[in-house]
Amino acid sequence: MTILRAVEEAAQAGPLAVESLLATTTFPRVEGRTVTFLFRGEAQEVSLQHWIHGLPGSLAFRRLRPSDLWVLQIDLPPGSRMEYKLGVMYFGRGTMIRDPLNPQSARDPFGANSVVYGEGYRPPDWATEDPDARRGTVEDRTIDSRVFGGPRQVKVYLPARFRQTRRYPLLVAHDGFDYLAFASLQTVLDNLIHRLEIPPLLCALTQSPDRLREYGADERHGEFIVGELVPQLEAIYPLVKQPAARGILGASFGAVASLATAWRHPGFFGKMLLQSGSFVFTEIGEHDRGPVFDPVVRFVNEFRKQPGRPAEQVFSSCGVYESLIYYNRSLVPLLQDTGMTVRFREANDGHNWENWRDRLREGLSFLFPGPLWLVYE
Amino acid sequence: MLARAILLGPQRHVPMVKPAVDFLAPPHDGAPIAVVTAGWEEREAEDQEFKDHMQRPVQNLEIWRRVEQIFERDPELLTAMRTRHDTLRKVQELYRLRLVGLMDAARALLRRIGDSALLEPERQGALEMVQKLDRDHVARVAAIHEEFEARWHPADRREVIAQRQQIAALVEVAPCVCIAGGHVAVLLHRLRLFDLLALIGRRPVVAWSAGAMILLPRIVLFHDDPPQGSADPEVMEAGLAALPGLVVFPHARRRLKVHDQRNAQLMARRFEPDVCALLDEGSRLDFDGTRWSAPAGTLKLTDAGRLQEVGA
Repeated sequence: MTILRAVEEAAQAGPLAVESLLATTTFPRVEGRTVTFLFRGEAQEVSLQHWIHGLPGSLAFRRLRPSDLWVLQIDLPPGSRMEYKLGVMYFGRGTMIRDPLNPQSARDPFGANSVVYGEGYRPPDWATEDPDARRGTVEDRTIDSRVFGGPRQVKVYLPARFRQTRRYPLLVAHDGFDYLAFASLQTVLDNLIHRLEIPPLLCALTQSPDRLREYGADERHGEFIVGELVPQLEAIYPLVKQPAARGILGASFGAVASLATAWRHPGFFGKMLLQSGSFVFTEIGEHDRGPVFDPVVRFVNEFRKQPGRPAEQVFSSCGVYESLIYYNRSLVPLLQDTGMTVRFREANDGHNWENWRDRLREGLSFLFPGPLWLVYE
Repeated sequence: MLARAILLGPQRHVPMVKPAVDFLAPPHDGAPIAVVTAGWEEREAEDQEFKDHMQRPVQNLEIWRRVEQIFERDPELLTAMRTRHDTLRKVQELYRLRLVGLMDAARALLRRIGDSALLEPERQGALEMVQKLDRDHVARVAAIHEEFEARWHPADRREVIAQRQQIAALVEVAPCVCIAGGHVAVLLHRLRLFDLLALIGRRPVVAWSAGAMILLPRIVLFHDDPPQGSADPEVMEAGLAALPGLVVFPHARRRLKVHDQRNAQLMARRFEPDVCALLDEGSRLDFDGTRWSAPAGTLKLTDAGRLQEVGA
């Protein structure tokens, strides 16, 4: 019997049958490419709110009278992750809630969403704490900034067994505090270093107080990173002061900030890790993304005219359920034409932190390959 | 060939060096055990945990530091070794390009189901091609080393001679030599620079992980789930060949899909007649000068791709 049929029969059979179904079956239910969502409760309307580009933003559940069950089935390709909320209308008032039947959730700076995994998707084991992995530490540092007219707080990840007598590569991460909180960056670095998939490295975690402005290709930001942040860190920590040992990372507007910084200071960063870059450009006319994108579009248009060679290696990724996939795909041949070594990955995922987390292993080990094949301790 | 040796798996969680050393060289006159931790590179001197474990005097031979000191004083040798390193890296890349195709064919034939009378000769032929490539690679790397030795005479250089004399004095009084794991190429090339085997002579050796790998005829690099590139095991080069008949795989349970029967079979048949022994935590292999033995729990791969006790 299909799950839909089982739900419909339970709805007809009465509350005891519904209770029995819910006690024995977890929802959402994934069978092949079909996901079945269930909601139980009195409401006027129930809908699935998601952020998958290409689907209607709101998908209506169907009420299974005479019960208080609501059901929805959708197609979800294998390997997908989908974050969502339920829109529930009570007495003419709508509210967005996490799916009460789904314990899986994904956090972001705005709260948390329910999440459903398509067939074949597994959260990566390298993103969860490994008791065998030695833990790195995170220090708070204040960076003096003349560019921004005041101090900036950053965090610095130091690998386990850090020692002053060694020289380390540096990765500068935009939205670094968010990468720690929502993409498990510290755990990921600990694990990948432990597994020898990347070398021990330092990671400067920056967090802008005005990110939409500063990350939107603001020239001051690049000057801060290249002229203030990195030199001050190099004065404190034993860093390899060479482009090949410097990487820059960012997602969304953070990827714009990364590319713009590297582009305006070519040869400073050898490696770029760009995730779901908000690389909106125009071929003709105006863009429709709102004024916050104006400087971004100006920058990307300019970059496309004169890309130069901002770095030596680029790892770029984007979810196929993002509206930004078109822009990210379009940028790949341009990046390749610059002579940089480029790897581009698409994922069945959206514009969210767990998508960015899930791409870190491949991106970091591509840019900073570790001594995996040579070290046997 | 070493007179007696014990090879062990990783020591971090299940330290077994002390009973092995005490077995081969019972403590009696307080002479310090010699230990090589050069594979730990810049952490070479961080050996307190090992000393605490041993509960008897330990002398670190400081191989890594000595070579760094030689490099400071003999920049010509440093440049020559770096050039050799670059050459070896390029040769390894070229070997890898050829290896991928041959391994794909061998793997496909081993996985294919059908008339074994037809398949087996093809499988054997494919494996022999891989084995020939491995042999050719070992020979090519050996030729690079020979050329390096002939041109730069590293053993005859003043700084190397001076450091080797100091090492010799330390080894002379040691009842046993321990070789820790770590970076296998660093360990191999630095021990070779001082011809440590000649200094060890008839002394027993306890080695683990990379330390065990370098003592055998061939060094095989491996990982079945690397984040980048091919997962085919690669022969790096010949080891010191101080012990016979094995290829060892430290951290096998973490690094190898040992329960993938075809994968294990390909490994075992590729490296025969050597035995593929798994050096996991708790594993131990004893060599008495002529033959190997192992306590229960130390496993090898069979030709059929199964796991089996080494002693079976």
